[in-house]
Amino acid sequence: MTAISLKSLTISYGGIPAVHDVSLEIGDGESFALVGESGSGKSTVLRAIAGLAPEWTGEISVLGAPRGHGPDRAFARTCQMVFQDPYGSLHPRKTVDSVLSEPLIVHGLSERSGRVSEALDMVGLGQEFRFRFPHQLSGGQRQRVAIARALMLKPRIMLLDEPTSALDVSVQAEILNLLKRLRRDQGLTYLMVTHNLPVVAFMCDRMAVMNAGRVVETAPSSALRTGDFSDPYAQHLYAASGGDEIASKDGQ
Amino acid sequence: MTPLLEIENLRVSFPTTQGRIEVVKGVSFTLGRERLGIVGESGSGKSMTGRAILRLIRSPGEVTAERMMFDGTDLLSRSERAMRPLRGARMSMIMQDPKFSLNPVMTVGAQIAEAVRAHESVPRRALANRVREMLEAVRINDPDRVARMYPHEVSGGMGQRVMIAMMLIPRPDLLIADEPTSALDVSVQAQVLDLIDELIVNNGMGLLLISHDLNLVARYCDRILVMNSGEVVESCDAADLHAATHPYTRGLLAAIPRIDETRDVLPVLDRSAWSGT
Repeated sequence: MTAISLKSLTISYGGIPAVHDVSLEIGDGESFALVGESGSGKSTVLRAIAGLAPEWTGEISVLGAPRGHGPDRAFARTCQMVFQDPYGSLHPRKTVDSVLSEPLIVHGLSERSGRVSEALDMVGLGQEFRFRFPHQLSGGQRQRVAIARALMLKPRIMLLDEPTSALDVSVQAEILNLLKRLRRDQGLTYLMVTHNLPVVAFMCDRMAVMNAGRVVETAPSSALRTGDFSDPYAQHLYAASGGDEIASKDGQ
Repeated sequence: MTPLLEIENLRVSFPTTQGRIEVVKGVSFTLGRERLGIVGESGSGKSMTGRAILRLIRSPGEVTAERMMFDGTDLLSRSERAMRPLRGARMSMIMQDPKFSLNPVMTVGAQIAEAVRAHESVPRRALANRVREMLEAVRINDPDRVARMYPHEVSGGMGQRVMIAMMLIPRPDLLIADEPTSALDVSVQAQVLDLIDELIVNNGMGLLLISHDLNLVARYCDRILVMNSGEVVESCDAADLHAATHPYTRGLLAAIPRIDETRDVLPVLDRSAWSGT
């Protein structure tokens, strides 16, 4: 079964196309990466799926159900997004408790208190964090809160937009481990946007390389170990990310 | 030969409601005409060390040191006015993000020319030639057109090259590069660092490269200092980084995912192990 299916998706901002004719099939339970550089359109694809970039043509369907252009309540129950910057994505004047309760209130779910404390456990935050404000948390703790918020509605698909690029390497390792464990325990599907190929090697099963608004190559992440890319841009990106050293090691 | 830069027991502190907090706690090192890297995570004091050398830390921040010598002159006893001929001309600094460090209402060429005019008087035509040569040296094609552009019209990588041109055109002896590439894409990163490297080696300058990226620093420097909460925890040759002994350095190295990753779980730093200090 496919979790996310995109068919000839073209996305525009103000009439100017940013992403051209993208078609992808992401399987249920798969961890898929969109990689590319600034301006390649990788985040735009994610935003269109989440409903944040409504100006698109083509077809988006999630778990077999086609997605409309506007906000969609039922869609929000199955698919949630985590943003890049944990300093910008949490409301500065809301406590962790009210941030995590909000999706439950919007969707009219009961047992809010129990669910909030369960979500805190799930992301490895103690109950003592529950009534803190974002400014009382470190970057890694904030990103854990953002992940907990995405998990509140028990979605099946998570859209991750550069979830660790604003964090230090030691904190990045903690968050990547957490995401990996959550996916295994909850059977989640990940669609992750990143420019960091080593993170893809650690987290993902497959990836699509994007350049100038188009998918230039789709490859399994095992290609990162061998350097087995056919598109010249993908090869260039691989070499610039440290792949050239692996190639030279093999040559020795 | 006397080293270019000698720092002994450098301390930087800031006042808080709980009293003064030291963010750099007694850092000592010497730098010759070589490439020295300082690595550490957010809040390790690496950027503050770089700024303290240029005496860029303003009150209420406080800088003390037993010794802070640059090419035989004492930096600590210099007045603000006496620092001016040094800054830019003898030692200069490349900042992290070209978007915030270039003047948005001046053309690129005028900004680069200003860096020269602040220190020496050069005839206008000679100055224009020097700006063009410098833009060519940082591999900008069509330098005459780019010199007439404003910062918002150039890309991130090009903006960073403009900043490098601006910092190198007065021909300084010491270049401090504070995260020069973290705002750039990976493929542009390598170009910019290769360029800095080439200019440093050809002109026999000293480089202090400040970064959070261990692998990048290991690739472009001769020696490395690893900082953690204001202290240098390890100092080694770049080639020996993988034989580092301090648990913090080892922890950092292990936590970085590799492009040929096969581990199922990344090892995480046990912060309680050394944060007792």
